[in-house]
Amino acid sequence: MVLLPRLSLLLTILSVFGTLCRANSSGSSSSTATESETATTNTSTTLTTLPIVTWKWHHIETPYLVALWVLVCWLCKLVVQLNTRLKSFFPESGLLIICGFILGGIVWGADKAQTFKLTPRNFFYFLLPQIILDTGYFMPNKLFFSNLGAILVHAVIGTVWNAGAVGVSLWGCWLGGAMGDLNIGLLQFLLFGSLLAAVDPVAVIAVFEEVHVNEVLFIWVFGESLLNDGVTVVLYNVFDAFVSLGGEKINAGEIIKGIVSFFVVSFGGSAIGVIFAIIISLLTKYTGKVQIIEAGFIFVLGYLSYLTAEMLSLSAILSVTFCGVCCQKYVNANMDEKSVTAVRYAMKVFANGSETMIFVFLGVTAIDSVIWVWNTGFICLTILFAIIYRFIGVFTLTWFLNQYRLVPIEVIDQLVMSYGGLRGAVAYGLAASLDETRIPEKNLIISTTLIVVYFTVVIQGLTMKPIVKWLKVKRVEPTDLKLIEKVNNRACEHVLAAMEDIVGRIGDNWWTRGWKRFEDTYITWFLMKPEARKNRDYLFSIFHKLNMEDAVNYVTEGEKRGSLGFLRSGEGTNVDFEKKHGMEFSGVMPDITSELDFGIDNVPVTSIRNPVPSVSLDIHEQDMKSMSEDFNAHHLLQQNLYRSRKNHRHKYSRSDFTINQSEDEVQEIFQRTMRNRLESFKSAKMGVTPVKKITKHPKPNHKMSNVKTTDKSYPYGDEDFEFSEADSAYSGDGAAARGSPPVRAPPYSLGGGIENPAFMPEMDTPPPPWLTEAETNTGVAPSQRAQRQLPWSPTNLRRLAPLRLSNRSTDSFVMADVAAAPDSSDESPKEPSEEERDGQRDGTHM
Amino acid sequence: MGSTSSTLSKIPNAEELSQETGFTSAHLARLFERFEALDKDKKGYLSPQDFEAIKELALNPICDRIIGAFFSSGQEMLDFSSFVRILAHFRPIDNNRPKEPNSPDPINSRINKLKFAFQLYDQDKDGKISRNELLQVLRAMLEKQVTEEQLESIADRTIQEADLDRDDAISFEEFRKSLEKVNIDHKMSIRFLR
Repeated sequence: MVLLPRLSLLLTILSVFGTLCRANSSGSSSSTATESETATTNTSTTLTTLPIVTWKWHHIETPYLVALWVLVCWLCKLVVQLNTRLKSFFPESGLLIICGFILGGIVWGADKAQTFKLTPRNFFYFLLPQIILDTGYFMPNKLFFSNLGAILVHAVIGTVWNAGAVGVSLWGCWLGGAMGDLNIGLLQFLLFGSLLAAVDPVAVIAVFEEVHVNEVLFIWVFGESLLNDGVTVVLYNVFDAFVSLGGEKINAGEIIKGIVSFFVVSFGGSAIGVIFAIIISLLTKYTGKVQIIEAGFIFVLGYLSYLTAEMLSLSAILSVTFCGVCCQKYVNANMDEKSVTAVRYAMKVFANGSETMIFVFLGVTAIDSVIWVWNTGFICLTILFAIIYRFIGVFTLTWFLNQYRLVPIEVIDQLVMSYGGLRGAVAYGLAASLDETRIPEKNLIISTTLIVVYFTVVIQGLTMKPIVKWLKVKRVEPTDLKLIEKVNNRACEHVLAAMEDIVGRIGDNWWTRGWKRFEDTYITWFLMKPEARKNRDYLFSIFHKLNMEDAVNYVTEGEKRGSLGFLRSGEGTNVDFEKKHGMEFSGVMPDITSELDFGIDNVPVTSIRNPVPSVSLDIHEQDMKSMSEDFNAHHLLQQNLYRSRKNHRHKYSRSDFTINQSEDEVQEIFQRTMRNRLESFKSAKMGVTPVKKITKHPKPNHKMSNVKTTDKSYPYGDEDFEFSEADSAYSGDGAAARGSPPVRAPPYSLGGGIENPAFMPEMDTPPPPWLTEAETNTGVAPSQRAQRQLPWSPTNLRRLAPLRLSNRSTDSFVMADVAAAPDSSDESPKEPSEEERDGQRDGTHM
Repeated sequence: MGSTSSTLSKIPNAEELSQETGFTSAHLARLFERFEALDKDKKGYLSPQDFEAIKELALNPICDRIIGAFFSSGQEMLDFSSFVRILAHFRPIDNNRPKEPNSPDPINSRINKLKFAFQLYDQDKDGKISRNELLQVLRAMLEKQVTEEQLESIADRTIQEADLDRDDAISFEEFRKSLEKVNIDHKMSIRFLR
């Protein structure tokens, strides 16, 4: 069991930490997260002698405890994730709560009181916002908006129904004497019902994420859980106010005010979110200059939107949701791809991190003798009513909605939707922020809420997966992205719109179309960078994504097969390939070879052309420039291979490292693949075919590099081969590797490169860039070319296919510049498609 | 329902149409009213010009293809029953309608919906979407934001995805196969025609 040592490690940390806490009784901060009240008093005592080391616990107490708890919670998640067998049937959220119980027990054992619990303040201000921002930012917008009507119906009417029905029924039962003697009234029951009514986004995400139900069902449950917050907050506030007013002061006027406040709170909250989304989008139009912190703006402004809505007592969850939903498209278009990735990852880190903490703390909080007031009747009835009314509400509302739906929601889906009505930390947070003076049974409400939360998260979460399986609920099928599907979908949209016009009825597509037109004409103009506007067609972005995938797959797979066994396995696949397509591959081999050589070549050539100096702190500018100048469709694939190369050099600049990580990886893979190809080539003692082809090409190629090369260019193409010996050193510290041989012989002549291909890479290590700088313009280009030809043995051909093809089909300037090279253009039209498809297949089978 | 029945009486062989297309008589009546409204000169049939007069339709980037689909048989006149038959492609598939064993596929079956989509691309009606045909549709749909070369590479890639026999064109069979996972019922149905 891997688990045990980890657990013990965890426990050790905890006990150390518990002792620390007891060691200073003054640090009695009731919660973990940032409370700035901590004592910083006893620092300036009079000194008698110079202390070498002092114990300054009070200085760091709060941040230390916060950090420690974060660590402990995340370790819990790690432990849970390591235990794969348990995890396969038990939902993670439930396990985290159980971890929380254990931790809470330890703390309680140490302190004899629960010194740490989830306070509403910490929950609402420090843990919740990032989760909601994350869900908003990654919201599948199209799905969300096309189901918005249904979601709203469930979120508004469903929630009100739940709150009212649960409250009134409990009240009825109380009148009937089912709960014994409680100091509580109808209004308190309604208040309780309203805080318990809302389905919790955090719990829903946590459970449904693991289940993978079909997307419509998911968006219904999930969207409802997000949007019902407005209703919950209003109901909660209204009933809270009513409770303090007292029953007799409530009249029609107050109730109408309550209804008005619902609209103000929810629409106001959403409006705040939209405003902040506009600010974010506008900002990212210009943040290109500070690319490193560009990503941070999203978080800061998102958080501010939450706080602003909270400040105005509007629905903060709605605010931050809509902020994320509205800004995602423009942010993604405006920011550099790297920043987009950075946002994506950081968002997930924050959201996952605090989700973990929420569940752990829901567990920790429970281990406290103070809050537990047991009332069997009350608790059981609450659970019962909560579930029953959820089912009734969902089925009734869905029945109505189904009357108007193209594809009705099936009964099974409705069941799952009802069953997925999980309550979570939001309910607990609201319960914990009740005012004890007005609601004497606060502790009963808290403990009941906790029980309901545990029940729904643990029991319902646990049974959700089996139920979904057992009912055969439609799941999401993982599908490959296909351009043709997208193209056809686009055509279908147009057709449907046209049919609506012809039939003369305003349908769903009419609205979508109207919005799109409006967005195209005004909004994108306002919120998007001009360059981004140019290239933001959806189909095109799919195309780009596919090409990127191909490129990554290509290098990854190359690497996978890229040992010395590459050659042998390569032969195997070659045979396979012939079988698959029933085509005599070897016959056309030379032809393809030539074409391959040519196509592949262009990637390194591009990198030679790269004018960015190898050590540069000015790298952003270059980056942005190259991005904006030729951010052009058909260059993308190439550019990405080539840019990653450049990024590799960024490693010198510390600040860049974090942004470039993912591309570095690609880069790394790419280089290793190249090296392996070289080795396989050497072991094959490669023959004449590619060499011959080399001699054909130098001219156009030479011309190209001369045309595009400005004063500075580097023989980076060389590195593909020459790091074969010093690869690890190179990727770690390229300068050192390259610097080791002080001077090397001038670049090979064309002939030499051809005659002695196999030995060159071993004999020569690349010159330091500053040494060869001068030479590159003249002699190097062709000879590099020659070297670059080396690793392509016929057996490797297949692997090259996707790259070569995308080269051919996507790169306009290659086509334009090199159309002169006859063998590139006049190969038979069938080969590319086959190659490409084969490449794709490889990709998908990986 | 007086108006419905009076409209219905004007439709020739309404009964058969309803049988064939699955439209209810209320639908037929409504469509007939629309048909008459589109037929401005009261000539009893629709011409391509009648379609072009629909303002929103004229904005549709592939409107010529769609209008062409109504006049696929070559003539310039579209009577009501053909009009309805075309529109019947867009009825949602109804699962609870009992399927008679030897009746032909209903017009709104999956395969017929696909055929309708296919013929939008296949202008020369040779049963294949050639690269050029695809390119034309793409050019219309992608508007000005994408350059010609990008269009071409997108077209290439699209064909390569679907093209199983490597003839650089998409046959209907290939088209159907490549769209196997798409919920065509969803994408090619209009709610109010249910």
